[in-house]
Amino acid sequence: MKKMLLGILILFVAGGLWFLTAHSAKHERMVDEATRKKILLMHEGTEPRTLDPALSQGVPEHHTIMALMEGLVSYNPDDQNKDDPGVADHWEHNADYSVWDFYLRNNARWSNGDPVTANDFIFAYKRNLTSTLGSPYVDLLFILKNAREYFEGKIKDFGQVGVKAIDSHHLRLELIGPTPYLLSDLVNDIWFPVHPATILKFGRMDERDTKWTRPGNYVGNGAFQLKVWKPNDVIEMVKNPNYWDAANVKLNGINIYSIENEDTLLNAFRAGQLHLTWGSGVPLDKVPYYRRVHPELLQLCPYQGVYFYKINVERKGLDNPKVRLALNLAIDRKALIKNVLRRGELPATGVTPPGMAGYPVLDVMHYDPKRARKLMAEAGFPNGKGFPKFDILTNTNQAHRIVAEVIQQMWKTELNINVGIVNQEWKVFMDSQNSMNYDLSRLGWIGDFMDPVTFLGIWTTGNGNNNTHWSNPVYDQLLAKAAVTGDPKERMGILRQAEQLFLSEPPVVLIYYYTTVRLKDPSVRNWNDLAEDDHNYKYIDLVFPSSKK
Amino acid sequence: MIKLIFWRLLQLIPVLWILVTLTFFMSKSIPGGPFTMERQASPEVIKQLNAYYGLDKPVWQQYIDYLEHVARFDFGPSYSYQTETVNDVIARSFPISFQIGALAFFISVILGISAGSVAAVNRNTLWDYIPMAVVMLGICVPTFVVGPILSLVFGLKWQLAPVSGWYGLEYTPLPPVVMPAVTLGCFYSANIARLSRAGMLEVLHQDFIRTARSKGVPENQIVIKHAMRGGLIPVVALLGPLFADLLSGSFVVEKIFNVPGLGQEFIKSVFNRDYPLIMGTVAFFGVLLVLMNLGSDLLMATMDPRSRM
Repeated sequence: MKKMLLGILILFVAGGLWFLTAHSAKHERMVDEATRKKILLMHEGTEPRTLDPALSQGVPEHHTIMALMEGLVSYNPDDQNKDDPGVADHWEHNADYSVWDFYLRNNARWSNGDPVTANDFIFAYKRNLTSTLGSPYVDLLFILKNAREYFEGKIKDFGQVGVKAIDSHHLRLELIGPTPYLLSDLVNDIWFPVHPATILKFGRMDERDTKWTRPGNYVGNGAFQLKVWKPNDVIEMVKNPNYWDAANVKLNGINIYSIENEDTLLNAFRAGQLHLTWGSGVPLDKVPYYRRVHPELLQLCPYQGVYFYKINVERKGLDNPKVRLALNLAIDRKALIKNVLRRGELPATGVTPPGMAGYPVLDVMHYDPKRARKLMAEAGFPNGKGFPKFDILTNTNQAHRIVAEVIQQMWKTELNINVGIVNQEWKVFMDSQNSMNYDLSRLGWIGDFMDPVTFLGIWTTGNGNNNTHWSNPVYDQLLAKAAVTGDPKERMGILRQAEQLFLSEPPVVLIYYYTTVRLKDPSVRNWNDLAEDDHNYKYIDLVFPSSKK
Repeated sequence: MIKLIFWRLLQLIPVLWILVTLTFFMSKSIPGGPFTMERQASPEVIKQLNAYYGLDKPVWQQYIDYLEHVARFDFGPSYSYQTETVNDVIARSFPISFQIGALAFFISVILGISAGSVAAVNRNTLWDYIPMAVVMLGICVPTFVVGPILSLVFGLKWQLAPVSGWYGLEYTPLPPVVMPAVTLGCFYSANIARLSRAGMLEVLHQDFIRTARSKGVPENQIVIKHAMRGGLIPVVALLGPLFADLLSGSFVVEKIFNVPGLGQEFIKSVFNRDYPLIMGTVAFFGVLLVLMNLGSDLLMATMDPRSRM
């Protein structure tokens, strides 16, 4: 019996060794094969909840839908402040940017060959503005005249909403006020057209969850079409031969993988299963390694987002603007970024990140512990004496925890105040924030378009995202004034004034501006550093040789 | 025997009812809702969504509706997969967990029973110490350590199996099922080995074994035919729930290898407050567990006449 067992064991080991030597590392890596076939293997964080542009709300959804659908304009591959023609080949606007005419190209086609017409856009906007659909980003459409009224049921006739088909290829948008940034807003999913016949084939216009977004059913007008959708694993898209600019699309396909675990993602990239990780796809502690050893694989560039703590301004102590300013001034952001984050983030000196054309970043929040202590004394808390204890609330995540601990220490050292840290599971955390059950709460805000109003608009009184209890009528007036100012330069001046006011009594503790941190195979071409990290896939190419990792 | 099966299947109804009722009220009691997002949707939108999914009704009404659905094995649409019903989600993710679970089960039973039996037969020799030391290691080292190690060595270094994903990965010699199954299988084989060693040791000292030996029955036959039959009863008792456990997926292993199985869906449904999916997966797991327990009871009854009572 023992001999038999020993025999089996030897056979097993020998067989294993043979298998290893015969097969190990002889195969072509998945990325190399894909590069040869011009199929981009990319990662987009979590699984998209939907591929319906009306219901999309996250970055993974947007980055998938923008391959399948195209709006009136599309992303410029080099500069996110500029826009390229999309379905519209040219456009014009009146003097104060409140009426826009878009001229649709005649050769724009849906993936089934039907022409894309102005009515497809109107159908999409009507569908999105139908309240029973429950479109989460619908408020972006409220810049259209009477759109909010239609959504709220105050107007029944959609004909009164500010979107008209002058003819089948001429679309007019009438807005509630001057909107010089309209073009950069139009690249959001909510502005995309849909194919009416397809929507109606699978359900009512305002019906959620129908099967029209499944492979085989999906009719899009983008550079790619949906082939396979295996939830939590992969979405495969192939080149759309009916796309108007198909001749200039370089890729034959895109596979988007959803991987949630950071380490698995890193392994997948290292094993050659991915060309690209998503924009925050490198674990904090691995960034220094890649910067040092493989800088050619690392994409590090500023991103349109700001990381901050919301302040519940009704809490005792925090109700004093001087205290809130002091909390901002007592943070050494540069040290935090250099020693802890190490991803090349920029210190948040204002609420709007750098990179917006015509709006230089406000340079207000600096590390100034002396002034911070003085402000605390003026607020009645000299050397932190008598200051009530409060907590920083974060969602459960190691990186947020580390940042909170550093800030906790900085406040203890500079202001001699004691701060606790509480973490909660994501939905519980959001619930606490929405019900104002917090002192300080972590948040990141990502811009929807390239205009400061996407960062400043949320702080007006009554805005659903301004759950700080902060309210300033002058601030509200300035934002309202900007919304009716046609001259772009004057408008930016007003917004700047508003931001200055906001920063003088901040209901937030500003920390840093985000960066895109991505691993990128050297075979990927034309994937540039972009502020919104939205890449127009038709310009992306894959070219050998890719270097070894 | 038929009576036993009938009674056990009948028991399934109250067990399931208690399970789904508890799950329903517990999932409703956790803070945060399915539509809570970082970027707040407007109150009108939230209102429409709640109305669409029937979440605006009183809780008792939702409970009655839900029971009606459960009775028809229709758990409704998932909130987090907007084009799929809960049944769709289970139908696509369970086969994946099943493949991993079945292979892991096979690995753990073969490895566990052989290691335990060899150790028991060769008590206090090198053939006892070595397998049991390996087994101890298996118990001490959790799957979230074994998984990444396998991933590093077999996935990254030797490129024998994919480190992540399930579909379209034909470029490695081994299919994606192998590494997750080995990770899970190794862990559970350790428990099986310990149980089978203990069970076998107990039986090997009993009189009927001594009698068999004195009658000159060959040692191989004594171990395989007589000792294993009684010695493995504790193992068989464990196999039912273990099989159900393995089949319904292990969240940790699925996460490590990014496998789109049922274990992930189960955990993620809680994080997403996807109430229908929470309840669908719990009910599914409940049925599976009861059936597997029944299976292991039947197997035990054929092995051990005492448990047929």
